[in-house]
This record gives sequence, C-alpha cells and structure tokens, in this order.
Amino acid sequence: MIEIQHFLVLSSLLFLIGVFGIFLNRKNVIIILMSIELILLAVNINFVSFSYFLGDLKGQIFSLFVLTVAAAEAAIGLAILVCFFRNKGSIAVDDANVMKG
Amino acid sequence: MQPLILAYYFFAGITLFSALFVVLSRNPVHSVLWLILTFFGASGLFILLGAEFLALILMIVYVGAVAVLFMFVVMMLNINFKEIKSRLTKYLPLGILIGLVLFVELGLVFGDFVPALSPKGDKNLLINEEIENTRQLGLVLYTDFIIYFQLAGIVLLIAMLGAIVLTHQRRKDVKKQDILTQIYRDPDNSIELKDIKPGQGL
Repeated sequence: MIEIQHFLVLSSLLFLIGVFGIFLNRKNVIIILMSIELILLAVNINFVSFSYFLGDLKGQIFSLFVLTVAAAEAAIGLAILVCFFRNKGSIAVDDANVMKG
Repeated sequence: MQPLILAYYFFAGITLFSALFVVLSRNPVHSVLWLILTFFGASGLFILLGAEFLALILMIVYVGAVAVLFMFVVMMLNINFKEIKSRLTKYLPLGILIGLVLFVELGLVFGDFVPALSPKGDKNLLINEEIENTRQLGLVLYTDFIIYFQLAGIVLLIAMLGAIVLTHQRRKDVKKQDILTQIYRDPDNSIELKDIKPGQGL
C-alpha cells in the first residue's frame, strides 16, 4: 500500500535536488531556472499527494495555478535571459553587476 | 496492491535519477532532456495519485512548452559553456551542507507526520470516485474558483506581453510600415507635376 510518506520523501528529495542545483551551477542561469522548475514540481507533487490522501480536490486546483505561474515565470525568465545575453554577450551570473548589489 | 508499489518505485526512481542529472549534467542541452524525463516520471506519479488531468497538463505544458522553450534558448544563444563552467569542488561543500540541513529539517517534520482523518471544507470539493477527475475539476474550476481562473489567465497574458516586449528588436536597417505617416500623407506635397516639352528630358 502506498502511504503519504512515500510521496513526502520523494518530493522533499526533489526539492533538495533543486536547491542543490542552484548552489552547484551558480554561474549558469539556465540551469538555475531549471532547478527552480524542479522545486516547483516538488511542491506540485506535495499538493497532489495531499489532495489524494485527504480526498480533497483543492490541492489539485492549487497545483494547476502553480503550474500556470511556473510557465509564466519560465517565459519571463528566459526573455530576460535573451535580453541580458544581447547586451552583455554572456549569461554568467557574475556579469550581472550593474546595480553593484 | 503490489503492482501499485512497483509502479510508484519505478516512476519515483525515474524522477529522482533524471532530476539529479539535470543538476549534474555538464551540457545544458542534456540538462533540458533530463528535465523532460523528470516531467514524464512526475506525470506517471500524478496518474498513480488519480490526478489524470494534471498529469496530462504536465506533459502538454511542461514537455510541450516550457522544456521546448528552454531548448530554444539554449540552442539559439550560442553560449560558450566551457567558459562559465563553475568548478564543482568550489561550491560542493556549501551545497552539501545546505542540502543536509534542509534534509534533516524536512525529516524531522515528515518523520512523525500523521495526516488528518478527513478534510474540513465544502462537500463539492471532496473527491468523488464516481465522476472522472477532469469533469470534477471543471465543475469547480469554472464555478467556485472562477476568479482565480481568470486571474491566472491575466497572469499568462501579462507574461506573454512581457516576453514579447523584452525580446522584440527594433532594427534600424529594416524598413517597416508606419501607418500614421501613411494616413497623414498629403497629396499636395507628395505629387509633383512637371510640364515636359516634347523632345526634351527632365
């Protein structure tokens, strides 16, 4: 029998891989964006598994909205990336230092 | 129940394995391909959880749109990836430390987790086994959650406009139709009548 713990462990591991990826590929913005997608996927798995084990539909609906926002975020992020590459000629995170932050 | 457990471990293994290679892969094109495999595994898990609509939407939206978008950007930008390859050993200890701390925290939370017996909420939001998943989602999405649904549409519209505005290039060397100057053109200024005598040029 599949328990909810199975899915909780899976989604927390997926979340960890996403966070780990941000630290591992600190120079490559594309991999950082993909890691964010992994994190959002982990959240979605959590939502859907709770929805199934509680018999409540709200989790699936919220997961649908998370999916929408993730798609919008990917589109905007990649558009900014294309813009940045046009101006700077590279996508290294270290080159984004105009604001001296 | 044994086949269900087997299917769970199959899809979970695919998801975790390919997610790991998204992060570790040296070539971003390979990373995108591993990301697609991750989404396939996750959608298999969603089908196991009875969320067929979300599983198929995950395939359409993520594999069909987001992953292809990533692929386009990776291939079009012509980036020198050798240059920005960060040394693995430099960030590995920090990453492992943060991963361990997060894992311990999540383990403390989930290790002793007992789910609630029944949800407290609207009756029409409970999962009904007799109605198929897509139909049930549609029944509440267009009634109870109509405002959120419309807002999600607005978010997507604004994202689309933002992406177009950000990436649109105005090039000087390409001639474009300017409708206002066409409308305001005056025939008196643009046509010049000349009286040419026979046998002579201009």
